[in-house]
This record gives sequence, structure tokens and C-alpha cells, in this order.
Amino acid sequence: MYQIVQKEKLHEIIYSMWIEAPQVAQSVQPGQFIILMVKEKGERIPLTVADFDREKGLIRIVFQIVGKTTEELSTLEEGDRLFSFIGPLGRKSEIEHYGTVVTVGGGTGIACIHPISRALKEAGNKVISIIGARTKELIIMEEELREASSYLWITTDDGSYGRQGFVTQVLKELLEQDKTIKKVWSIGPAIMMRVTCETTRPYAVDTLVSLNSVMVDGTGMCGSCRVTMGGETKFVCTDGPEFDGQLVDWIEFMHRLSRYQEAEKRSWDLYHELNHPCTCGRRTN
Amino acid sequence: MAEMIPVKERTRREQVPMPEQDPRQRIHNFREVPLGYTREQAIYEAQRCLQCKRPKCKEGCPAEINIPQFIQKIVEEDFAAAYFEILKTDNLPAITGRVCPQEEQCQKYCILEKQKKPIAIGRLERFVADWARENDIHGELPAVTPQRQKVAVVGSGPAGLTCAADLAKLGYQVDLFEALHRAGGVLVYGIPEFRLPKTIVEYEIKEIERLGVKVITDFVVGATLSVDRLAQDYDAIFLANGAGAPHFMNIPGENLNEVYSANEFLTRSNLMKAYAFPEYDTPIKIGKKAATIGAGNVAMDSARTALRLGAEKSYIVYRRSRQEVPAREEEVHHAEEEGIIFHFLTLPIKILGDDQGKVVGMECLKMELGEPDESGRRRPIPIPGSNFSLEVDMVIDAIGTSANPIVARSATGVETNQWGYFVVEEETKATSRTGIFAGGDIIRGSATVISAVGDGKVAARAIEEFLSSGKSLRRR
Ligand SMILES: Cc1cc2nc3c(=O)[nH]c(=O)nc-3n(C[C@H](O)[C@H](O)[C@H](O)COP(=O)(O)OP(=O)(O)OC[C@H]3O[C@@H](n4cnc5c(N)ncnc54)[C@H](O)[C@@H]3O)c2cc1C
Ligand SMILES: Cc1cc2nc3c(=O)[nH]c(=O)nc-3n(C[C@H](O)[C@H](O)[C@H](O)COP(=O)(O)OP(=O)(O)OC[C@H]3O[C@@H](n4cnc5c(N)ncnc54)[C@H](O)[C@@H]3O)c2cc1C
Ligand code: SF4
Ligand code: SF4
Ligand code: FES
Repeated sequence: MYQIVQKEKLHEIIYSMWIEAPQVAQSVQPGQFIILMVKEKGERIPLTVADFDREKGLIRIVFQIVGKTTEELSTLEEGDRLFSFIGPLGRKSEIEHYGTVVTVGGGTGIACIHPISRALKEAGNKVISIIGARTKELIIMEEELREASSYLWITTDDGSYGRQGFVTQVLKELLEQDKTIKKVWSIGPAIMMRVTCETTRPYAVDTLVSLNSVMVDGTGMCGSCRVTMGGETKFVCTDGPEFDGQLVDWIEFMHRLSRYQEAEKRSWDLYHELNHPCTCGRRTN
Repeated sequence: MAEMIPVKERTRREQVPMPEQDPRQRIHNFREVPLGYTREQAIYEAQRCLQCKRPKCKEGCPAEINIPQFIQKIVEEDFAAAYFEILKTDNLPAITGRVCPQEEQCQKYCILEKQKKPIAIGRLERFVADWARENDIHGELPAVTPQRQKVAVVGSGPAGLTCAADLAKLGYQVDLFEALHRAGGVLVYGIPEFRLPKTIVEYEIKEIERLGVKVITDFVVGATLSVDRLAQDYDAIFLANGAGAPHFMNIPGENLNEVYSANEFLTRSNLMKAYAFPEYDTPIKIGKKAATIGAGNVAMDSARTALRLGAEKSYIVYRRSRQEVPAREEEVHHAEEEGIIFHFLTLPIKILGDDQGKVVGMECLKMELGEPDESGRRRPIPIPGSNFSLEVDMVIDAIGTSANPIVARSATGVETNQWGYFVVEEETKATSRTGIFAGGDIIRGSATVISAVGDGKVAARAIEEFLSSGKSLRRR
């Protein structure tokens, strides 16, 4: 079980993998996520389902190296097996026929909005996708997104590809021009999601964000993932991960994301010391 | 064989105390606190048993152990026979021998309880199970007639494990589904290593697998597949998914960074082994002054874990008084020995934080005890104007858990009550849907390992009756 059947490097720090997980593939819906462990002593990390193939029993994940676990995951090869792979978790996206909708993806969030955009399009919506990243190389899954949506906008912070600027600038223009936009999905770094919500607020367009809070079990048992939503505590893993972005207490959310920063850094440094014992790094002996 | 001693001598002897790790040492490690009886101590204790003709002790054991019989085998120094005797009905003896609240169960009924020195039944049970494990003695696989019916068990805590084992002993094919990556329920994610070593839990689960039970981890019933879907493939289902959803106090500041539910704190430490970070990847954050809110077993475990992980001060903050503490006396005693500081009659009303989301203190009210409430305990009443603040930099909420709706939502026709617990028939554990049974914490809220074991046994018997009369969940 949980064999990596295909691995692709999308960028220096972004990887795509297809994992054999027939049970998960059978039940998964757009918007849901999985939790995996690379090895027995590993951490449980949540990743959004970027795509799935029910017939072949496969789940696609797309992840960015940000710490030890994602780095270790990136070193696995086709044919290797994961220690654990659990899902599908969380609520599915509410896919309906809304009319015109916009999906916004930043960084690996591009992978996350892929199945949602596709399902929205299949449900008869006009889907405008905006994907963005710092620079050209970080724009991933362009072809898939083009396929999954009716229109595709691309932005890069440095202008090396597509429009120069942030995804929210394009979003603002779209909201100005097209008053029929019914709903916006925004998935990416916390700050991007927050700014999206600020952008849509004056237009009173429903804005859904997918929160990436720190999790342990992913089934509602620990409360690690809790966020404040309009004054009420919610669990991202069971009540979400998608929420009305206007209700999120973003400051608290971002604080909680940093809960383990020190320990994560220690873990990452140690991993690099052990796995990269040359003199170019910190170690000099 | 050890000597059978005269009755007079038996009643004169005192209970053999349990050897324990020194408190000054043990607060720096995760090794087990009680060390277990030696062979000599076990025999000496076993010799005290009066071998009653009508043993009252048995009435207090939901695992239905033939207590005098196994104790007699210890006296005879036939520890293997003692082990087989226990295994006839209890599939988890090293576990129940450790964490069963014996003083409320078998030992409370023991005839010698009147003289305040009941037989230490749990300790003897633990001795026998440990001896068997260390000497590689395994229960004989029961001669069974293989049955063609299949049973699904949801949840691998003590209720699920017991029901699965009993059904396997009867020849049924049992698939045991577990949401986490490791089986055992609270036994692995909740109860700390220093009270229940995880290698022991793993071992007893392996023994249950030897009976033919198939353990399927990483499978969230209600998410991976629904109960309704399982009902198409199995002839009966036992729901034993526990009561795992954590409660919070709903006071300001509760989502600050260093506020944990006991479940998160203990799961990180036990299941994910954060106490061995960075060898294990999962981190845990420890303050210098940790406050645990609540005073049950879970609170004691949390406060003692915090101490072992490096907190300089570990407090228990409880709104009632010492008298009302719900934790086992033994656990409170252990906590006190280790230097846990108790703040009784204290109610937290606000957790104070800085602008980085860090905990810097906790505002509390002093309480006094008023008239008894529904539970018969005196109701704590806040004293107006008694606000004070406690200097802490981490808080653990250990104020209880309730039903997680994920399983129930996927089970059409299975009735739940207002708290989300499955409604069952007491004698059979049958739910409102024919062929689906339920037991353990998910029918009554957080209780004990032994009550979960008892439910598992009752349900296994009822499922056997259901299946052997030719009935099945499956529509054909
Ligand atoms: C529902 C959900 C879906 C996600 N989908 C994706 C995805 O599709 N692609 C992707 O690249 N990333 C995704 N993430 C984030 C991903 O889980 C983290 O990047 C990963 O856990 C980091 O682990 P690490 O050990 O490599 O880094 P660490 O060194 O542990 O942490 C680096 C950063 O990652 C975050 N993080 C750490 N631990 C966790 C945890 N247990 N849960 C969540 N975040 C954590 C922290 O904010 C931290 O600052 C998702 C997160 C959630 C909650
Ligand atoms: C910290 C702590 C200390 C305790 N100390 C003691 C003690 O000293 N003595 C004592 O007698 N009792 C103690 N208890 C209580 C005792 O552990 C429980 O009453 C007992 O474990 C309940 O057993 P159970 O089988 O009903 O459920 P659990 O042990 O809770 O097991 C339920 C299992 O079901 C799984 N599950 C949940 N949802 C799903 C799903 N959707 N799909 C698949 N699997 C699922 C869970 O992951 C879990 O593994 C303690 C409890 C805690 C939390
Ligand atoms: S299982 Fe519990 S009640 Fe039964 S004999 Fe053992 S300690 Fe006593
Ligand atoms: S009641 Fe006490 S003395 Fe009598 S058989 Fe049971 S354990 Fe022995
Ligand atoms: S991750 Fe544990 S409750 Fe959400």
C-alpha cells in the first residue's frame, strides 16, 4: 500500500507524486485532504488532494519543501512506500452551479484549486482561474489549470511570466468589470488568502479559503487545528478546511501557524547536519 | 509449589506494597512508575487469598476473570496455567492489570476489603501477564470451527479489541478498523508511557492478531468508507470509536499558542513520541510553568507529562476541593509525590496572552462549596471579587471529551442521544439498527478501560447469537 507510482519535480522545491491509495481514491471529493507519514518516526502532515484517479486507485499530491518532513518526502522515489496515508479528510467543496466563479491559487495552492476548478467547470460554471507565484519557475500545473478552467490568468511578483504583480490585482480588476461573479475560492499562503478577502470584501462576494493549520490527527480528536471563525472556535480538519474567509481571525490563525517554529528549525538543522555532512554548511568539522 | 498457609496466617498478613521508581528520579524519565511484583512478592500476596467458595471478587470484574483460580495457580507456582486461566476471558491482562481501577472493581468486592487489605488482584494479574510475555508463553489458539460470517469492528480501543478477540475465538472473521496509524485507542494515544508502556500494548494487540483478527489502520470510518457502506460487506458491525472530541472551557484566550487540549498534548507525547524529539519528528512545546485544568485521570497524566518534559512547575487547577477529585487515588498520590502543585477551588476565567499570541498568565476566581448538585458533590460557587492571576506560560485543558459525530453521521438508522452517544440495549449492546452493536466510551462518555472491555464481551456474545441464528446485516 501507499506506493509512490509516479514522481515529478515541478521545481527545485516543488514535487508532484501519485500515490497508490485505492480506498482514498474511491471516496475523495474536491477540497479534501489526506494526512501522511513518511516513516514510523515521522510526523503526520496534511496535504491537499491535487488530483485523483478512481479507476487506478491513485491520489496525487503536490508539495513544497518547507521543512524536514516535506524534504524527506521529496527524497523518496517511485516504488518507495509511505508509512501511512489517511483520508479523505475534511469536508468537500460545495460544488454547485453558481454561474461565474473565480478560483485563486498561490504557490502550492495552485495544486489545491485544481480539482475544485475542474469540478466547478464540470458543474457548468464559468471558471476564471488566477494563479500566481514569486517567479516563473514556481508557476506549476499551468496546463492542467488551463484545462480545468474557462479562463486562466497568471501573475508573477517579478514579472518574469504572465502579468507582473499579485493575484489580487487581477482579482480586483475582474470584480470591477464583471458584476456576475458569484463566488471566489482562494488557496495559498495565509497572507495571500487574507489579502484576497480584503479585496473581495467591498464587493460582497462570498470568498472561501482553505486553511492550512497545524494538525495532528485530522479527525477532530485533538483540537490542534482550531481557528476562530466569527467569534466561534472551529476545527479546520472536520469543520473545514474551507471556510468563509471574511469570518477568519487571521491574526490568531497566523500566530498559531508559528507554534512550532523553533522546534521545526531544530529538526531541520539536525536533518541537514546528518544528511549533508560537508563543510559548505554550518558544520566545520 | 509454594506452601498453602493456614487461614489465620493468611488474614494476618498485610498486602504486599508495590515497588515503585523513586519520585526524584522518575520525573526525569518516561519509564514505568510501579515496577511490578517479584516472583516472591507475587507468591506471598497470592497466598493471602482465602479461595472463597463463593468468591465475591468475581462480581466486580467485567472481564469475567476466574480470580481465585488464577491466584491459586500463582500459589502453585504454575504461572503459565495462571496466564491461561486469565486469557480465557481477558484478552488484555497486562493492560487491565495496570490501568483497571481495581479499588472500584474486583478489590472492592474482595472479602478482605472489610479489613482494608483486599488481595492486590490487579497487581497479581499484571505479574502473570508480564511473566508470560517475558517467558514467551502464548495462549493456545482455541480450536474453533471457522465461521463464514464477517464482522467489522470500528475502533481499536479496549472495547473494539476485546470484541474482536472474543469473536475471533468463536471462529468469525473479524476486520478491525482504526483511524490512526496505530491500534490501541486511548491505550496508545492517551495513557502515558510511564503508566502503560506502549510495547506492552503492542504485544497484547499482536496476540489478538494471532487469533486471526485483521487490524486495518489508517482507515477513518465515516470518511474512508461509511458505516452504511461497510454494512454491505459485513454480517455484523460493532461500533467502538470512543469519545474522542476534546472540550474547551470557552473562555477568552483559549486559542493562544501554548494552550493545548489534553488530547493534543498527550497524543503528541504518547502516540507521536514527541518526548523523544528530535529522534521522532513531532514537536511539543513546554513552558516553565504549566497549568492543567481539571482533576481527573487525564489531568493527572497531563500534569505529570508536562513535568517530565521539562516544566519547572506543574499545576493542577480544579474548581472543587481535594475531596471531589475524580482521579484514582493512586494517581493523585503519585502526582503529589512528584511535586505537582494543586490549586483547589480555583476557576480559570481568562487566559492572558501577549501580542505574539503567547500565554503569559491565567486569570482565576476563588470558589467556595455550596449545596450538593445533581452529582451529589457540593457545587462550587465563585466568590465575587476574588479574581487573581496565576503566572503560567502554558495551559492544558483536561476538562473532558465527548462524542465525535464522524461515525454516527455515516450510519443510517443508528440512533444517538442528545450528546451524540449511541443508544443501546443494555444486555446486548444492540443499537436501533439490527446487526449493528456499540460499546465503550461511545455509549456513555469517557469511562474506564474495564467498562469498555466489559461492553466488548457483552457485544461479542450478542453478535454470536445474532449470527448463529442465521441473521445478517447484508442484503442479499
Ligand atoms: C489541510 C491542509 C492542506 C495542505 N495542503 C498542502 C499542499 O497541498 N501542499 C503543500 O505543500 N502543503 C500543504 N499544506 C501544508 C503542509 O502540511 C506543511 O507544509 C507541512 O506540514 C510542513 O511539514 P515540514 O515538516 O516539511 O515542515 P515544518 O518544518 O514542520 O514546518 C514548516 C511550516 O509548515 C507548517 N506546518 C508544520 N507542521 C504542520 C502540520 N502538522 N500541519 C500543517 N502545517 C504544518 C508550519 O506553519 C511551519 O511554519 C497543507 C496543510 C493543511 C492543514
Ligand atoms: C489520558 C487518559 C487516561 C486514562 N486513564 C485511565 C485509567 O487509568 N484507567 C481506566 O480504566 N481508564 C482510563 N482512561 C479511560 C479509558 O482509557 C477509556 O474509557 C477507554 O479507553 C475507552 O475505550 P474505548 O474502546 O471505548 O475507546 P478508545 O480507547 O477511545 O478507542 C477508540 C478508538 O476508535 C478510533 N476511532 C475513532 N473514530 C474512528 C473512526 N471514525 N474510524 C475508525 N476508528 C475510529 C480511535 O482512534 C480510537 O483508537 C483514561 C483516558 C484518558 C484519555
Ligand atoms: S480486569 Fe480489572 S476488575 Fe478484572 S480482575 Fe483484573 S483488575 Fe480486577
Ligand atoms: S474475595 Fe478476595 S479472598 Fe476471596 S477469593 Fe476473591 S480475592 Fe480471594
Ligand atoms: S487536527 Fe486534530 S482536531 Fe483537527
